[in-house]
Amino acid sequence: MLQKVVRSTVIDAPIERVWAVLRDFNSHDRWHDVVAESRIEGSDRSDQVGCVRSFILKDGNRIREQLIGLSDADHSSTYCIVEATLPLLRYVATVTLKPVTDGDRTFWHWQSTFATPPGRERELREAVANGVYEAGFANLRRHLDIGADLNGSRGPARHAAGPSVPSRRIVVPVYGDAEVLRAEEGEAAAPGPDEVRIRQRAIGVNFIDVYLRRGWMSGLLPLGTAGGAVLGMEAAGTVVDVGPGSSGLLAGDRVAYLGPQPGAYCSVRTVPTAWVVRLPAAIEDDVAAATLLKGLTADLLLRDLGRVEAGTRLLVHAAAGGLGLLLCSWAASLGATVIGTVSSEAKARVAREHGCRHVVVTADYRFADAVQRACGGADVIVDGLGDAARDQNLAALAPRGHWISVGQATGMLQPLPPDALLAKSATFSRPVVFDYVSSPALLEMRTRRLWDALASGACAVPPIERWSLDAAAQAHARLESRATIGALVLTA
Amino acid sequence: MANVYVSTVIDAPADTVWARVRDFNGMPQWHPAIADSRIENGEPADRIGCIRHFHTRDGGVIRERLLALSDYEYSCTYSILESPMGVENYVATLKFTPVTDGARSFAEWSAEFDCADARERELVELIGNGVFQGGFDALKSHFGRR
Repeated sequence: MLQKVVRSTVIDAPIERVWAVLRDFNSHDRWHDVVAESRIEGSDRSDQVGCVRSFILKDGNRIREQLIGLSDADHSSTYCIVEATLPLLRYVATVTLKPVTDGDRTFWHWQSTFATPPGRERELREAVANGVYEAGFANLRRHLDIGADLNGSRGPARHAAGPSVPSRRIVVPVYGDAEVLRAEEGEAAAPGPDEVRIRQRAIGVNFIDVYLRRGWMSGLLPLGTAGGAVLGMEAAGTVVDVGPGSSGLLAGDRVAYLGPQPGAYCSVRTVPTAWVVRLPAAIEDDVAAATLLKGLTADLLLRDLGRVEAGTRLLVHAAAGGLGLLLCSWAASLGATVIGTVSSEAKARVAREHGCRHVVVTADYRFADAVQRACGGADVIVDGLGDAARDQNLAALAPRGHWISVGQATGMLQPLPPDALLAKSATFSRPVVFDYVSSPALLEMRTRRLWDALASGACAVPPIERWSLDAAAQAHARLESRATIGALVLTA
Repeated sequence: MANVYVSTVIDAPADTVWARVRDFNGMPQWHPAIADSRIENGEPADRIGCIRHFHTRDGGVIRERLLALSDYEYSCTYSILESPMGVENYVATLKFTPVTDGARSFAEWSAEFDCADARERELVELIGNGVFQGGFDALKSHFGRR
């Protein structure tokens, strides 16, 4: 006997907004809590009828499903299970959206038919109805609420990408000091498949921008390329247009991004949609640019690498910098004992206000004795200082401590012999944030955690110093002078 | 060919709403624009092909033929045989679908018709906002009061 499940709901968003997410056959790991991983097999695109998606569910089950019908006219998608570790036999499902014209909302109808082994009909009907469909309704509502633009007045501009548009940008003509930076007119190409063009309002300034400008990472920022060597790893703004593909993004969406290829110091930029997250209403553009890369770095440092919890002794260098303040407040709310190093009393005051319990004011990177006296050594060190603080970091570590190098403001860290770690059974890590947001699902999960922490106050927004895009050289000079407190943002 | 599509959400289960609108001869009981109605030739109101003959409150005479009725899909399709509106080949469908999360229903009312080009906007507005949305507003208010 064929089982039938029907579930439906009304979503408080225009149909274009909901369809932009649901038409993407490969989007579920970004919004549905049941799905841990999703990928399209082979080289098919996710709007290719006949493509197969491979799901790994959070409970370990695997499902392969084939798209057998897709209609932008009817806003409907039909798919079947071709292979699964769950006994859902001859499973065919259809998702249909209809506009609620009275209020610009969306009616969402989700139904399926399938057979089951004898005796398991009810159990599997409920698993599909509640675990997949109703949970999906709630999860998509949450996913859309992340965006601030539910009722914005937008046309269906998804494929209406125009030609190149002018973009003011900051280039590095030669490696060197801050004065080498030059403003010039460039252009942002029309978005190609799975790309989006963004009118940028705020651009985050990070220490990696300085390293790139100095030529320390010339592989990542080669000079003399056609597009010019443009700095910048993150920005926030508004979607101008969207290339072909199923991105879940619409023109007019407020977004932010971070990406492993520099180029963000400009007014309009075209980037892969895989880098992009939609912004909640509560997060302003400059806050997003000030906190996205640094906040996700803090997230991976505290959770993945530092495993910071109540009682962890965490040493944060440059504690009054953008990353430093995010780390101090977030770690303090997790119950950690935070020790910070700063270069001035003014910075010490701000660090304390952000949850730093012990502050070491030092202009010459001597802090190990003070750390040992304050708490008996650090379980975790977040080090953006680099070479000048190398020996002091080793001395400040507690037994079994973990030294995490995230930057080298004082100079490139000289090679560390493995035996240097032996005396304390210490661990050394050198993470890159982009590897921790390498899939849309990971990016979505981490940014959600960051926005939630900022909204709840578990993590405080650092002070933001704003410079115009054309004044990027002054902003760099400020950052390198160690005079700034909090995060630096360029406004375009 | 002109198209009209109006939809809404009504705060009552689809079977309850359907019970109120199913009667092809019952529009005066729920639609504020209809004054009276009868089925021609004494036929039952749920016989496919029957013709309802009614007056609007502003005195117009309309005759419509029942083309399809489904108690399974809660839907009804009909055509206009005669009306003062100046439409041809007019076919409309009224349909209700349960919204399973909450005892609500999704209501759709759509029509296709031919008319003089110059009158299309006026007629789409009249039928969409006046007739269809007017009927939905009456249903929403009726079921919202309970």
